[in-house]
Amino acid sequence: MPHHIAWFDRHDPALEPVLGGKNTSLGIMTMAGLPVPPGFAVTATAYVKALHDTGVAGALAAMVGGLDVTDGVALARVATEARDTITGTPLPPWLADEVDEAYATISERRGQADLPVAVRSSATCEDQPDASFAGEHDTYLWVRGADALRDHVRRCWASLYTERAICYRRQMGYGEDGAAMSVGIQQMVLPKASGVAFTLNPLNGDRSQIAIDASWGLGEAVVSGSVTPDNFLVDKVMGDITSRVISDKTVEHVLDEDDRVVEREVDEERRTAASLTDDEVRAVAALARRAEKHYGRPQDVEWAIDGAAPADEAVVLLQSRPETVWSRKARVASPDSANTFQSIVHNLLHPSGSQTVHLH
Amino acid sequence: MPDRFPSPFEVVTPTGAEGWEELYGYSTVFSEDRRELEDSMFWFMDGVHTPEAIEPWDATVLDFALTFLGQYTTRHYVIPPALGVDIRYLNGHMYLSPVPVTDPAEIEARVPEFAERAGYYFANWPTLYDAWMDKIKGVIGELEAIDFQPLPHREDMSVITEGRGIGSGQLMMFEYDKLVQLTARLWAHHFEFLNLGYAAYLDFFGFCKQIWPSIPDQAIAKMVAGIDVDLFRPDEELKKLAQLAVDLGIGDRITSDAAGTLAAMDADDAGKKWATAWDEAHHPWFNFSSGSGFYHSDRVWAEYPDIPMGFIESYVAKLGRGESLARPIEAIEAERDRLVAEYSELIDDDETRATFDGKLGLARVVFPYVENHNFYVEHWGMSLVWRKMRQLGQILTDAGFFGKADDIFLLRRNEVPDAIFDYFHGWAVGIPSRGPAYWGREIPRRQGIMQALRSWSAPPALGVPPEVITEPFSVMLWGVTSDSVKAWLGGSDSPDGTLSGFAASPGVAEGPARVVLTAEGISELQAGEILVAPLTAPSWAPVFGKIAATVTDVGGIMSHAAIVCREYGLPAVTGTAFGTKNIKTGQRLRVDGNTGQVTVLD
Repeated sequence: MPHHIAWFDRHDPALEPVLGGKNTSLGIMTMAGLPVPPGFAVTATAYVKALHDTGVAGALAAMVGGLDVTDGVALARVATEARDTITGTPLPPWLADEVDEAYATISERRGQADLPVAVRSSATCEDQPDASFAGEHDTYLWVRGADALRDHVRRCWASLYTERAICYRRQMGYGEDGAAMSVGIQQMVLPKASGVAFTLNPLNGDRSQIAIDASWGLGEAVVSGSVTPDNFLVDKVMGDITSRVISDKTVEHVLDEDDRVVEREVDEERRTAASLTDDEVRAVAALARRAEKHYGRPQDVEWAIDGAAPADEAVVLLQSRPETVWSRKARVASPDSANTFQSIVHNLLHPSGSQTVHLH
Repeated sequence: MPDRFPSPFEVVTPTGAEGWEELYGYSTVFSEDRRELEDSMFWFMDGVHTPEAIEPWDATVLDFALTFLGQYTTRHYVIPPALGVDIRYLNGHMYLSPVPVTDPAEIEARVPEFAERAGYYFANWPTLYDAWMDKIKGVIGELEAIDFQPLPHREDMSVITEGRGIGSGQLMMFEYDKLVQLTARLWAHHFEFLNLGYAAYLDFFGFCKQIWPSIPDQAIAKMVAGIDVDLFRPDEELKKLAQLAVDLGIGDRITSDAAGTLAAMDADDAGKKWATAWDEAHHPWFNFSSGSGFYHSDRVWAEYPDIPMGFIESYVAKLGRGESLARPIEAIEAERDRLVAEYSELIDDDETRATFDGKLGLARVVFPYVENHNFYVEHWGMSLVWRKMRQLGQILTDAGFFGKADDIFLLRRNEVPDAIFDYFHGWAVGIPSRGPAYWGREIPRRQGIMQALRSWSAPPALGVPPEVITEPFSVMLWGVTSDSVKAWLGGSDSPDGTLSGFAASPGVAEGPARVVLTAEGISELQAGEILVAPLTAPSWAPVFGKIAATVTDVGGIMSHAAIVCREYGLPAVTGTAFGTKNIKTGQRLRVDGNTGQVTVLD
C-alpha cells in the first residue's frame, strides 16, 4: 500500500526518497530520541498521486514543458498560473480524508482541538549536501483547523512553482518530472526564544565549538535575517560559554491577539537583554551536539525554547541539516605535522593560538 | 604609548646603591664593553622566578640555571630557532634576553642535527628519565652529605694516626667547592630535559590549536597532565597527617605552632604515633619551598614547620566540617579520558587522528619530567643548597665574620673561598683573621645597597621589544607574550577595572580579593577569598582548598598557579602583569578563567 502519511515517530528509512530532506531528518531525529515536536509528513507519493488524480500534473507539464526560463515575462506568467492551478484544486477526497484523520489524531494526542501546527515544505531534492535548497520553499506557521491545514498543504506544493524554484531546478539540472514535494506537519511551539546553531565555528571551521544565534520569539527573524541575533560560542568539549555577543534585537515574530504570527517591535528593556540564559545556551549546545553525534558530522540546526514547557524539556529541535560550508574544506593540520621534528620546529617558530598576538 | 623600554644604559642607580655592580659577576652586568650589542637586545625581568632584587650569592643559582639552559639549547640539542637566554643584573634585578636564530637558512641547517640529538632523547625518554632520576637523586645524596664543621682547636688524633696529611681547613675549602659543583650539576640536570619536554608539549599544543583554533589552553594541558605527580606529594602528606590526627581523635591538638603541637603530641601514645608520622613525612617532602626556590630567603617547610603545621590545622578543620580532602583521582582520570575521546572524535580523517595520537603520546611521555623536576631541583635540591650554605654561614658568624648566618648570601660565590681562606689562614697561622673587621664593614654596606635595590621600582623590560614575541621559551617558561609587553608599555586596551591574562584554569568565580605579596601573607587568606599574588608556589597548595580563585601577575598556563588551580578545579587568570598593583584587598572581583579576564566589581 502506498504511504501518503508518514509519522515521524514511526519513521521508515525506506520512505526517505518520498519524504524529502527535511521530513527525513525530522523522522530520524525523532527516532533517535531527540526532542522534536511531534508530527507527520504528507509524502511526495501523495503529491504525485494527488496531482495525477486531479489532472493538475498534466496541466503543469504542459505549462512548464516548453518554457524558456530566460524569458522573464513568460516565466512569471507560467509560475503564477502553475501555483494558482495547484492551490485552486482541492485535495482529492482520499488524501483529504487521510490528512484530516492524521490531524485529528495528533490534535487528540496533544490534547488540544485544532492543534496549531507548522506546515513546512520538504522537497525531495532539497537539502542535499551538495545543493542547498534552503529557503527556496515555504513554511507556514500557526496553522489551525483541518481546512486551513489542507489549504496550506497545497500552498507548500505550489511553492515548487515559484519563479526562483523553477529557475533553480533548471539550473541545477533537476528534471521537472522529478520535482515532488513532501509536506511536514508538526506541532507548533510558541518559543520564548529561538534560532540556529552550528556545531562548528562558522568563522574558522573549529569543530570544538558550537555557534548559536538566538533572538526573541519565533525563529523566522533569525532565519530570514530581519534581526541581528545574539551570538554565543560554546566549547563543545569543555562546555564553557566562551563568547557572548548581545545584540540590539529590534523585532520578533510572535502570535498576535487574532491568533496570527506577526512581526512586531521588541519592547525596550528586552531589546538589548540576552535572549538566552547561560543554562539555556548550554542546553541548546547540548542538543546541537546530540544531533551532530547522531549524524556523525557537523550540523546546522534550528531550535526553539518552548516557553510553555518545563525547563528541562524546554529546548526543542526543529531542524538539523548537514553543515555545508566547512564540511567540504575540513580544517587540516599542516602537511609536515606528522613529521615530529619538522613539526616541533614549525611550532617553535610559530607559536599558536593565544600565544602569538601582534603588537601593532 | 611609548614603543620601547628604557635603555639599560640610561637607568640610574638608586641613591644608596652606589657600587652595586661589584656584587655580581663582571660578565653579567651591562658594560660599555658590549654596549652596542646589549643596547640592541630586548630584556625582560623574570617576574616568574625572581620578582625582587637578588642577593649576590643567590645570583650563583641564576647564573648556572641560565647558562645550562643555553648550553642544552645551543650546544647539546641544537634547537633550530633558539640559542640561549642571556642574563644581566641591573640594580640587583635579573633581566633576561632570549637569543633567537633568525636566518631561515641557518634554522633549516640546524634541523637534522636537532632531529638526531633531540630524537635520541625522545626515542629513549623513559630509560633516560630513569637515569635522570638516579642522577638527580645522586646529586641530592651528595648535597645531603655536605658537612661544614668549625675548625677545631686541634686536629683529631686520627688525622695523625691515619696519616691523612690534610686538615679541616682544606676540607672546608673542598667542601665549598663541592657544594658549588653540585649546585651546577643540579641545574645542568634541570635543563637536560626541560626544553625538550616543553618542545614536545608545544608541538602537541600547536597541533591542537591548528585543528581547533579556539581550544582552551587548559583543555590541552588536561589531556597531557599526569595524575600521580611528585610535585603534589608534599600537600598529599599534609592531608594524610590531618586525616591521621582526626582518626586518632587528636585533631584538636594541632595548631599552627609546630613546637607547641609536637609538645602536646608527646603526652600519649596516639600523639607519639602521630609525631612519628610527621617525622617520616619530613624527609624528603618537607624540603618544599614557599617561594620559587631561587631566593635563600624563601621559606622551606623543613626550616619553618609552622607553615605545614598551619596547613594541617586548616585541613583538620575542613575534615571537621565533613569535607573530603581526597583528590578525586578517578574523576580526574575520567575527565582526561573524556577529553581525549571527544577531541579525537572531532577529527575527520584517520591520518590526522594518528598524528594527534602520536603527539599526545609523546607529550604524555615527556610530561612527567616537566611536572616533577620542580620538586627535585627547585625544592628538594635547592633547600639543601641553602641549608648547607647557612651551615657555613653560621661557622663564619661564630668566627666573628658575620652578624648572622644569612649574611653569607651577601658574598659572591667567588668571594666565599676568600673568606674561607681568611678563616683557614688565621686558624692555621694562629693569628686573628681579617674577616671580622673586613666583613664587619662590608656586610652592613652591602645590606644598605640591597635595601636600596629592593625599594627600586624595576621596569618590567629594557630596550626595544620585537614586533612579535615568538620565542617559544619566553612564552612557555616566563609567560612573556606580545600582549604582556604591550601591557607593560602602558598600552593595555582593557577598560578600567579589568585586567587580562592567561585563561589558566577554567571556571568563573566572584569574591573579595586578598592581595598576598609574600608567602608569609598567605595565612591571612579567608575562605572564599580570591588570591591575588605576584605568583604562587606549589607549597601554597593547602590554601587552594579554601580560596575561590587565583590571579597572578606573572606566569603562563604552565605556571604553578595554573597547574594547581586546574588540579583543585579553581578558576585562575595568570600573567595579568598588574594584578597586585591594581587590585586592593577587599575589592570584589570576578575572575573568568575561561577568558582570562579579571573584573573589579566595585
